[in-house]
Amino acid sequence: MRDPADLPAPSRRRFLATGAALSGGLVIACFVPSAARRAFAAAAPPAPAPVDPNAFVRIGADGTVSVLLKHSEMGQGVWTSLPMVLAEELDCDWKTVRVAHAPAAPAYAHTAFGMQMTGGSTSTWESFEQLRRAGAMARAMLVAAAAKKWKVDPASCRTEAGFILSGTHKAGYGELAEDASKLPAPATVALKDPAQWRLIGKPTRRLDSRAKVTGRAEFGIDVQRPGLLVATLARPPVFGATLERFDATKAKAVAGVVDVVAIPNGVAVLAKHFWAAKTGRDALEITWNEGAGATLSSEALRDEYRRLAGTRGAVAKTAGDVDAALAAAPTRIEADYELPFLAHAPMEPLNCTVEIGKDRCEIWTGTQFQTPDQAAAAKILGLEPEKVTIHTTFLGGGFGRRANPASDFIIEAVQVAKAAGKPVKLVWTREDDIRGGYYRPMWLSRFAAALGKDGTPVAWSHTLVGQSIIDGTPFAPMMIKDGVDVTSVEGAANSPYLAAIPAHRVDLHSPKSPVTVLWWRSVGHSHTGFAVESFVDELAHAAKQDPLAYRRALLPAGSRERRVLDLAADKAGWGQPLAKGRARGLAVHASFESFVAQVAEVSLEDGRIRVHRVTCAIDCGPVVNPLTVEAQMQSGIVYGLGAALYGQLTLKRGRVEQSNFHDYRALRLDEMPVVDVHIVDSKDKMGGVGEPGTPPIAPAVANAVFALTGKRLRRLPFALD
Amino acid sequence: MKLDINGRSHEIDAPDDMPLLWVLRDLVGLTGTKYGCGMAQCGACTVHVDGQPMRSCVTPASAVAGQKITTIESLSDDASHPVQRAWIELDVVQCGYCQSGQVMAAAALIRAKPKPSDADIDAAMAGNLCRCGTYQRIRAAVHRAAELAREDGHA
Ligand code: FES
Ligand code: FES
Repeated sequence: MRDPADLPAPSRRRFLATGAALSGGLVIACFVPSAARRAFAAAAPPAPAPVDPNAFVRIGADGTVSVLLKHSEMGQGVWTSLPMVLAEELDCDWKTVRVAHAPAAPAYAHTAFGMQMTGGSTSTWESFEQLRRAGAMARAMLVAAAAKKWKVDPASCRTEAGFILSGTHKAGYGELAEDASKLPAPATVALKDPAQWRLIGKPTRRLDSRAKVTGRAEFGIDVQRPGLLVATLARPPVFGATLERFDATKAKAVAGVVDVVAIPNGVAVLAKHFWAAKTGRDALEITWNEGAGATLSSEALRDEYRRLAGTRGAVAKTAGDVDAALAAAPTRIEADYELPFLAHAPMEPLNCTVEIGKDRCEIWTGTQFQTPDQAAAAKILGLEPEKVTIHTTFLGGGFGRRANPASDFIIEAVQVAKAAGKPVKLVWTREDDIRGGYYRPMWLSRFAAALGKDGTPVAWSHTLVGQSIIDGTPFAPMMIKDGVDVTSVEGAANSPYLAAIPAHRVDLHSPKSPVTVLWWRSVGHSHTGFAVESFVDELAHAAKQDPLAYRRALLPAGSRERRVLDLAADKAGWGQPLAKGRARGLAVHASFESFVAQVAEVSLEDGRIRVHRVTCAIDCGPVVNPLTVEAQMQSGIVYGLGAALYGQLTLKRGRVEQSNFHDYRALRLDEMPVVDVHIVDSKDKMGGVGEPGTPPIAPAVANAVFALTGKRLRRLPFALD
Repeated sequence: MKLDINGRSHEIDAPDDMPLLWVLRDLVGLTGTKYGCGMAQCGACTVHVDGQPMRSCVTPASAVAGQKITTIESLSDDASHPVQRAWIELDVVQCGYCQSGQVMAAAALIRAKPKPSDADIDAAMAGNLCRCGTYQRIRAAVHRAAELAREDGHA
């Protein structure tokens, strides 16, 4: 049934267990020393356990190269770009490369974070050296095996597209795999000089396309197992509510419903298929203890945030005497920027399949957070984490939602399976997803700035108000410093403009609310990018200067921000005349160690904002796959633009008012601007690409609308009236 | 009820209001057709009924009994349909979850309009959400698929 070109899902878990390669060939054991730890914004957790000897690559007798991917493929392209890195050093034929998700195991810990996870736009840089080494070691072992067999000096051997050659000898990797697997892994290997790269840096098409255009790619929601029941869960209607009592009589009467069980977060209906599970859930009669969450409203929160913004928060960054400089300046500019709660709304609704056996548990799900999820499941079942097998399927989008320190969608499914004593696939409806919390927090940014006579800012005060996504998670000790959640102020406290402003202060209020919050594509940058880049634009206009020139003057000469700004402006034809009724706006923002500038060209059509073109420049350092970078820039722009135009969740009497794509709108194809992506040829430090495309788009569009209409859009989603 | 799915007849025991989507996925085991919203907002569940694109999440299975239902699984055996070839060539997919629906919508479009304009593509494809934002490549790939289909003489 499955395409032979795709790896069958059930085989994945046997990789390590039996050591058998997919094609029935042999394993090359590679000991990969832990890559040099990369300094990251947050201090890295403890070092990962020693790397498993055959963690990353298998070579079959037929020459098939199987790469085990420790990161989760959620659309960002790691299924292709990371194997490219390994294959480069292995010198294999790219056509022989197959890919599968690795199981959850310590060998696959993130080299900076110490746990298996995919997030923070880190996958490529964090595993770049590790995968190169894995490929180089496998190659060295194959060469050693060939040299031994042919009784030649290994130095006389060369490799080419999956073959080893020496004099008149020639053999394919598959023929040598068994011999090679018996040799010790070399302690050190030389890596190729980047000048010799043939794969890295070359536009390379995705390896998962075929599976995904034929419907054969397996997502978590597609998992089928013998005797598997489908469950839906009735969750509390307001945040923090608890179950008081329920009556399942009518639910149980629905044809196909098998069981109804209560778990801490609600009542689950288990059925033979989703439709019965959902119909059964609709028939439940439940009484909730709604608690304090029932009075929550986003309007009241907004008032509270505004009040807080008038007081001093925890100081994240300060220099000079801001208050004195503000008081003394002839020109003072103030503005508030507001952003709503947002759901991630990945295309595939959350789901998790759980099978609990004697002393073990198997989980199939699309997760970005294998290690925490494994630990959470183990805790519920009283098992050691290694007794919990996690099969990572393809993820139908993640955007951060599938990386939850609270492991909510895993825990619920395990609890349901445990309570029912049956294998279960817990499936969220779209409504569950939109109303289920773990949102990008609501934010308020209040600015005051003073301009000197030449228009340059001499004082800058930025007060942020919004919930901490880190508070209460295991990451808090590392990521909350002196009352400041570093993710709340990233892109604001380290804004590149601050260095040029003698007096500046960034402070933060982190109010608490029952609404659960989480990182959303680009995390803190999703709000600071909009606020900072809009406000700088306001200053430029107040100073009667060109927004490009104004930013350039503030940014250090030779900075990567300037480089992308110049490139985007140049490619967009900044300053050149446009058709009547159109205007351009720009923004530049660095995040996840990459630098992105965007120029948006807009008009108004029937009183609505129309974005025609976005010119995007990125400097992410050395590029593995330009097609990945280009796709991620387009992707980040669509995600951010959809949110800027439409995205908001509002609360009234504790209820989330939106529920599905009709009232929580996403960008559609007919609204898609032409996106031109320009990648800087850069030898600087490698950064990420999954998220950095998102932050600049909202301010670029807002700044363009201002240029067109004189109206400053200070609140998301945009409203023109 | 009797359903004709991908050229095979299936005897299905399901409530009358059960959407075709769940019959396909949970009763027949054809999981290529996806659930995204359940209310005709996203297009992930697009199948062809007598050649026309339909949102299977809001189509009761009982309403299409006797009609020819085609899902992504039978668009081709080997990814050789012009839309699939164009999608691979132009590297359209990302997470892929919306793509069964995109491919089915595009296949119906190029059959109805062998040379679709951008406006035709907007009209036919705007109902198919992609949270990964593959729209620019979808647009190009629909044009390319139409070209491939014409070369094949399908059109
Ligand atoms: S699931 Fe049918 S249109 Fe969204
Ligand atoms: S490819 Fe992910 S939703 Fe379209």
